[in-house]
Amino acid sequence: MLSALLALGVLGILFGLLLGYAAVRYKVEGDPLVEKIDAILPQTQCGQCGYPGCRPYATAIANDEADINRCPPGGETVIVSLADLLGRDPKPLDEECGEEKPKMVAYIHEEICIGCTLCIQACPVDSILGAAKQMHTIIESECTGCELCVAPCPVDCIDMVPVRQSLDTWKWPAPPPPPYEQAADGSSNPQPAGAH
Amino acid sequence: MTEYALILISTVLVNNIVLVKFLGLCPFMGVSRKLETATGMAMATTFVLTLSAVFSYLVNEFLLIPLGLEYLQTISFILVIAVVVQFTEMVVHKTSPVLYQVLGIFLPLITTNCAVLGVALLNVQQQHGFLESAVYGFGAAMGFSLVLILFAAMRERIAVADVPEAFRGPAIALITAGLMSMAFMGFVGLVKG
Amino acid sequence: MRRLFQFKGGVVLKEHKKDATALPVQPARLPPRLILPLKQHIGNPAEPVVAEGDKVLKGQLIARAGDAICAPLHASSSGTVIAITDQPVPHASGMSAPCIVIDTDGEERWRPREHHVDNFAELSAQELRGIIHDAGIVGLGGAGFPAAVKLDPGGRPVDTLILNGAECEPYITCDEMLLREHALEVLNGLLMMRHALHAKRCVIGIENNKPKAFRALCEAVRHSDADVEVVEVPTIYPAGSEKQLIQVLTGKEVPSGGLPLDIGIVCHNVGTAYAVYRAVELDQPLISRYVTIAGSVAHARNLEVLIGTPLGDLIEECGGNRDTLHRLIVGGPMMGTAMHSDVVPVVKGTNCVLVESTSHDVPLPSRDAYAMPCIRCGNCADACPANLLPQQMYWYARARDFDKIQDYNLFDCIECGCCDYVCPSQIPLVGYYRYAKSEIWNQEAEKRQADLARERHQFRDFRLEREKKERAERHKKKRSAVTQGGSDDKKAAIQAAMERVRAKKSEQDSTPKNTDNLTPAQQKAINDADQRREEKTATSPPDRPQ
Repeated sequence: MLSALLALGVLGILFGLLLGYAAVRYKVEGDPLVEKIDAILPQTQCGQCGYPGCRPYATAIANDEADINRCPPGGETVIVSLADLLGRDPKPLDEECGEEKPKMVAYIHEEICIGCTLCIQACPVDSILGAAKQMHTIIESECTGCELCVAPCPVDCIDMVPVRQSLDTWKWPAPPPPPYEQAADGSSNPQPAGAH
Repeated sequence: MTEYALILISTVLVNNIVLVKFLGLCPFMGVSRKLETATGMAMATTFVLTLSAVFSYLVNEFLLIPLGLEYLQTISFILVIAVVVQFTEMVVHKTSPVLYQVLGIFLPLITTNCAVLGVALLNVQQQHGFLESAVYGFGAAMGFSLVLILFAAMRERIAVADVPEAFRGPAIALITAGLMSMAFMGFVGLVKG
Repeated sequence: MRRLFQFKGGVVLKEHKKDATALPVQPARLPPRLILPLKQHIGNPAEPVVAEGDKVLKGQLIARAGDAICAPLHASSSGTVIAITDQPVPHASGMSAPCIVIDTDGEERWRPREHHVDNFAELSAQELRGIIHDAGIVGLGGAGFPAAVKLDPGGRPVDTLILNGAECEPYITCDEMLLREHALEVLNGLLMMRHALHAKRCVIGIENNKPKAFRALCEAVRHSDADVEVVEVPTIYPAGSEKQLIQVLTGKEVPSGGLPLDIGIVCHNVGTAYAVYRAVELDQPLISRYVTIAGSVAHARNLEVLIGTPLGDLIEECGGNRDTLHRLIVGGPMMGTAMHSDVVPVVKGTNCVLVESTSHDVPLPSRDAYAMPCIRCGNCADACPANLLPQQMYWYARARDFDKIQDYNLFDCIECGCCDYVCPSQIPLVGYYRYAKSEIWNQEAEKRQADLARERHQFRDFRLEREKKERAERHKKKRSAVTQGGSDDKKAAIQAAMERVRAKKSEQDSTPKNTDNLTPAQQKAINDADQRREEKTATSPPDRPQ
């Protein structure tokens, strides 16, 4: 009896020492996972996920504090890539965060703008050009379409407009679903098998 | 030398731990959805299986048998396995955080992977020596890796194919696994001659 | 005799080439209006150098190249620039793009000649490329890459210059007719290109279904005694694709994702060689090209068409009916794209216009949606000339798995349509690949945008932090200045400044400026305003803040 206790005790101590050493040796500093998640997010910095930017949201995902379906600007593409990266099941976008919309850019009606700079302070990527009492304008190529500048404007002179389409941004449409699929049902797109 | 080669071939193909002995089915079904994940899992399990087979042998041979404590085999083997898994988890977390995240619960669950304990106990039961134990563990791990990776590659293709509604998901995966198992039955008798 | 090789796959198609080769080529009728898109090439659009209302001469520069990968644009005929606006362009989207619109005056007056080249061999390669670039020449096989760029090997050795006269798509015969009628000019153009590239060897590849063109070219080679090899290649679609022709002629394979230049080969179209000849020898920029008009028209034929001619004019000229158009395809039946209207112009890369009327008297391969489930027969993989796995790419494109599809080398797909053609289930495979490609490009663009946004956001955070620090710093300084009591002269200076401001203010109040020499009307307006102000101050409560 005593020998059994001793043997297991000695084993336990030995292994404990080994693991203790390994814990020090392989200590993980920082979280490289956050970078990887952040790289997938669309960087609109819009805050629709409930976090004050893309990086805080990425941190929350990495710490299992937030779900992966809270990014409306990224939409399905981002959810699927996140699910892929983290080995989870993709799920539909969380409705309380908003819905997926085509990409927009802000547009300032320059004749109405009073030059209050409130939108400039709101813009997370500094894409509004202007100064106090000067008319403001959007640098279209830098605008992420986050809509954060719309609410602060005291004279409602900012509108969200769809991104201008050009031949360079035009995409080939997906071929229509084949007739045999339409007959069966509308939504028979094959889903990745989900087994545990 | 031939003996070790035979052990290797027999564990990888003829007595495949997953498809013939039906051990370790949990990770086989659980982490076979993506090829990369499956490869990571295969490597982690190979590492754990081989090491735990060796350590279990050592503990059994030099601690339990001299003290006449063979009845403690199961509990002390689990202790060994748990330690090796913990160690692996730390290493994976350090070297590949994404794999760590992707493997998720399946990484610590290698502890309860019946293949690992099964190999340790089979080693004792078949009275393998030190090298034999190591080769047996490694061979079993190779067999596990082989079928896991093959299966993951197939499931990746099945995921995008037109599977009949009723068979989608785990159903078609289990059918595939069954067919694979039948295919591996073809190796029976390979080693005898 | 050169030993020929084979590329894997490909299909044998019905040629339909007899129809349009019966009649000799003639210049198309001068259209009343020319529409010249600013972007007819791969790269950035050209920048207009004319304004609305300008008179232009034939061959005059109307838009210049902004950067290196760009081609200038010239007026195809003399006339007046009536607009520089968005017009429908020949593109699968049916969208509009910036174009210069010219009303022709029918005089066809040429601009004065700008250069005389007596012997091109005396020019340096750089000078030759300059002439070719200034003439706005792009690859006329269809892709439209600026020819001068492709003629610049950038110091890398060029072993073989291949001239592509294979023209493998059904119906298209413009290169064949060009070779029949202008073999000598094409040959001269080839020699000029060879000079620009310092290529060791020159090979012209022609499919063996064009014996007349082959003979004409052999004749021209014999006549000029040039060291050029003319080779007949078997007629297997897509032998006219650059990579496949290279493989047939040299047995070398262009590496995945690489350029022919990587294996010491440059490949140009015969039409490009002809354009080079005209630019160097005759000082004529690229303002016209041979175009095949085939399908449901009374006289299928080839015409020499001014760039910018609307397709509808060509259809009428060839006896087609614009009212019964069902489909209008620019390019061949395998790789062409259907147009959304017949007012789109011929551009530099337009080689063929296929007309299909509502009566379907000329059946073209259909890509309509009769798709059936994939039966995994593998015919597509056998037919693929690029050694890809079309079926596997189809599954991944359908599931939107754009990472996996790139593992199967989607971007090596030349969209030749062989897999479509052989598919017994009639799945529009190429449609899926085009869709996947543009989705991937789009995702890459979004990624770049996201990276930029991240950078700007991080900089903003940094800036806010810095400003906060600076403000705190200033605050501290000020406070320390106040606590020290400040020196007397400082206080005196502030006092003086305040005095000055007060003085200035009172002065402004009492004497408004510019009040001398007022007209009576102005004086009245001022008086009225003064009165109104007084009334207002009288009526409004005095304590209310204004």
